[in-house]
Amino acid sequence: METFKIILPATDYVAVLPQMVLVATALIVLIMGVFKKFVNTSGVGLTALAGSVLALACALFVGHHGGPSSSFAGMVLDDGFSYFLTLVICIIIVLTILVSLNYGVFFENVKSGEYYSLVLFAGVGMVFMATAGNLILLFVALETMSISIYALTGFHKDQLKSGEAALKYFLMGAFGSAFLLYGFAYIYGATGSLDIIKISNFIKTHPQILHLKFMVAGFVLMLAGLGFKISMVPFHMWTPDTYEGAPTSITGFMATGVKAAAFAALIRVILVPLAPMQHSWVSLMWVAIFLTMTVGNLIALAQENIKRMLAYSSIAHAGYILLGFLSGTGLAQAGMLYYLMVYAFMNIGAFAVVALLCKKGEEFNNISDFAGLGFKYPLLGLVMTVFLFSLAGLPPTGGFMGKFYLFTEALRSGYVWLVVAAGVNSVVSIYYYLRVVVIMYFKPEVTENAVVLTAVSPGIIIALAVATTAVLIMGVLPSYFFSFAGNSIFSLM
Amino acid sequence: MNHFSFPILSTLIFFPLLCAILLMFIRGEEGKNDELMRRIALVASVVEFLISLPLLKYFNDSVAGMQFVEFVPWVKSLSLNYFVGLDGISLWLVMLTTFFVPLCILCSWTYIKQKTKYFLIAMLFLETAMIGALVSLDMVVFYVFWEVMLIPMFLLIGVWGGERRIYSAVKFFLYTAAGSIFMLVAIIYLYYLSYKTNGVGSFNLLELYKLHIPIGPQLWLCAAFTVAFAIKVPLFPLHTWLPDAHVEAPTAGSVILAAILLKMGTYGFLRFSMPLFPYASHQFMPVIAFLAIAGIIYGALVAWAQPDMKKLVAYSSVSHLGYVMIGLFALNIEGIEGGIYQMLNHGVDTGALFLLVGMIYERRHTRLMDDFGGLAKVMPIFAIFLMIATLGSVAVPGTNSFVGEILILVGAFRTYPVVGVFAVSGMVFGVVYMLWMYQKVMFGPITVEANRTLPDLNRREIATMLPIAVLVFVMGIFPGMFLHKMDSSVKAFISQYQQNFSMYEAEASGNPVAVRLQGCKIAVDSHATSHGGVYSSGR
Repeated sequence: METFKIILPATDYVAVLPQMVLVATALIVLIMGVFKKFVNTSGVGLTALAGSVLALACALFVGHHGGPSSSFAGMVLDDGFSYFLTLVICIIIVLTILVSLNYGVFFENVKSGEYYSLVLFAGVGMVFMATAGNLILLFVALETMSISIYALTGFHKDQLKSGEAALKYFLMGAFGSAFLLYGFAYIYGATGSLDIIKISNFIKTHPQILHLKFMVAGFVLMLAGLGFKISMVPFHMWTPDTYEGAPTSITGFMATGVKAAAFAALIRVILVPLAPMQHSWVSLMWVAIFLTMTVGNLIALAQENIKRMLAYSSIAHAGYILLGFLSGTGLAQAGMLYYLMVYAFMNIGAFAVVALLCKKGEEFNNISDFAGLGFKYPLLGLVMTVFLFSLAGLPPTGGFMGKFYLFTEALRSGYVWLVVAAGVNSVVSIYYYLRVVVIMYFKPEVTENAVVLTAVSPGIIIALAVATTAVLIMGVLPSYFFSFAGNSIFSLM
Repeated sequence: MNHFSFPILSTLIFFPLLCAILLMFIRGEEGKNDELMRRIALVASVVEFLISLPLLKYFNDSVAGMQFVEFVPWVKSLSLNYFVGLDGISLWLVMLTTFFVPLCILCSWTYIKQKTKYFLIAMLFLETAMIGALVSLDMVVFYVFWEVMLIPMFLLIGVWGGERRIYSAVKFFLYTAAGSIFMLVAIIYLYYLSYKTNGVGSFNLLELYKLHIPIGPQLWLCAAFTVAFAIKVPLFPLHTWLPDAHVEAPTAGSVILAAILLKMGTYGFLRFSMPLFPYASHQFMPVIAFLAIAGIIYGALVAWAQPDMKKLVAYSSVSHLGYVMIGLFALNIEGIEGGIYQMLNHGVDTGALFLLVGMIYERRHTRLMDDFGGLAKVMPIFAIFLMIATLGSVAVPGTNSFVGEILILVGAFRTYPVVGVFAVSGMVFGVVYMLWMYQKVMFGPITVEANRTLPDLNRREIATMLPIAVLVFVMGIFPGMFLHKMDSSVKAFISQYQQNFSMYEAEASGNPVAVRLQGCKIAVDSHATSHGGVYSSGR
């Protein structure tokens, strides 16, 4: 049993400073939203932005220094891995808020205090998921994130689709959480601890427990639970409807933030502590990855709605990232982190462009709405092309480098045919990403109900510029980011 | 390896990119500043050509290895390096690229009226990618440039192309991308092999040359590379994207496609798949030779049946590239030098033909041969240039292709006589369809009234064609000048190939399959290293 500590040293709080900033901002924003008379609506968004930037700065400068350590009696881990993911998630939050500021011009709801506070609370959940050292905290963090996102998904209150999306996501997600919790229980039963590091040590010292059915059941249930969040086939069914129905700014947030957090949890609670049982999941994961890539890409081919297309493509991307999980080596995990980072930029970027193409209360989501856009708004077209090519994994973008890194590590671990399958999948994906480019540049502009950019705020320009620059820099000069991701994996506790 | 302190290759690669970025900052709405931008792009591409000239002067033709080498670590954790260099094989292809881009900009002066700014940016961007692909010696750097090359070409076809441009552009992109993904996997697998063998993985081509690749994986790897390059060449039956792309592309796009992009495939065979996988290449040789022959004959027959001039030229490319492949896979000095020379010749001749077809299309907006006839009287200068290009293309003695095709045939007869026999038939067909086209378009009575008043070539167009016409004869009469530069590299290539091949063969000889194949072993004969080439004596 733990001895209960009453005095918590100040360093403990320093470790969770970004989270504290996020929570404080969320509360302030929530209260500001109530006093509509005194605070104008843009003030709410700007406050949220300021808070998230502050959190990013805290993550960047105050965060992890020196060796790995833990705080709050092992609840929160402060290592390179936490540092990396906290950074990525904070960047995702900032970008999402920047996109939302512009998106709010078209949709009144999105301006409200609740919206921003939910985004920030979800962000807190994500950060804690990535930094949690205890299964209970991890679960609480997951629920904090999920429940906020369920609510955000339904934020287009006047649209049936949005409500449907929220309900679907909620029901499926609730199942997923239950599975995860069930899995935790099994692991606790087998190892006698909820502390990830203790579990890990216990398994090392008692290798015989690996043969317990308990462990296998625990593994499968945890994988299913987290698989829901990363939309791994066959737990992907909610993804397209939810992505389509949710406000676009939230879709981008979901596709990147939730994924980053869930993959972090996957690495923390499955890949690292359960590494000794790796051989027993190889065939299962092989099939799951193959299906995740293939199903995602094949169905994406047939989509006419860009949000649905990106939803299916996000399933496929989960498959690519899982290649790193299957390889399991340190470098492969670094590849996962690198990919998550690139993916955050390119996917939020793509959704930001979609979120920009709106008019009052209406989104332009059909791929055919993009006709002629490339020459009508050359910069927007260029930026979208960069994101799409990066998603397709074409050089010289970060998406190529990420895939290249993951493929290399998977091949090094001997999964030749899976890499070949991933290659074939990449070609398939090129087709549907390219289709958007084709329509943007080769099709003449539609005459009726044409897309016009009515509101372009500085915020979204900054978001797009940052995302584009990041995607290109990570493609051309990936060295720094590779070593950053590598270092954070090797200081994983 | 080289004492040339100025990073000339990097300058060559990135100068066009820099100019393209510069163009982005010029306002180009509604066609204003178009003239200015064309001039800037033209000057940029001419300067690029001038930068490439010192390569010829300082290229040391007694050295077989890479020259003007630049080596900068890129990604340390994956041992990726920015590694570029030039040898006798790539030298002339780089020169061909820098030679053709200004001509393409010149020929599009009035042809491209829409979105000129983006057209020029795409051209310059394409030049960067092409030169990058030709000089990179790191597999991943090569792959990056190879893929990047697709994007501007895709836009060229898709935005400025003809009626079926979207279909063609997408087909072009997907075919090439599909092939290259397999190449990417193979590249990674090579890295993995080198990691297993040496403990450190490497993407460095020169180090991978030394790598021993077990025969089983070698066949697979070679197959992956072969598919990627065969699509680009294009080798029958993977050629179907080519006629579509060629016909729909604007003139400049067709010219670049024919002159340089197709050469990437043959160059890839020579630079990557043959030296890396000598044993597997040897096993594939009969298949490739057969497909090349099929392509030669099929391309020629289909070209013959075309009513559209551009399609005719496009299919003739399939036929001509078949020759190049036969030359390369003859694996003797005549064959390989002939193959490389024919790559250049095909670029020059077919480039010229596409330019001329584009000029006439600009005047009449049709390319059907039936719509013409008797043009020689109305457009004498055009007739002369078309004559030169046609003669060059059908390999009349004194023109460039003659040298190339003779060398290839000599090489082919020494290695696989049967193939040589079939290849000759393609030459005959070539004469038939090209002269048939010339006769239909140029001679006879003027049947269509609109043709009576066609203006002859203007000064800009003459300026475009003249350098090419001169080159046709220079390359035909003084081939030694060109071949001499590649001698050492090609010889080193062959001896390295033979050495590695015999090593692998010895390794495989315990294997019954290999023994059976030895029966039909095509000789990489002992003469191969001897100084050969019928024309080389005339230097």
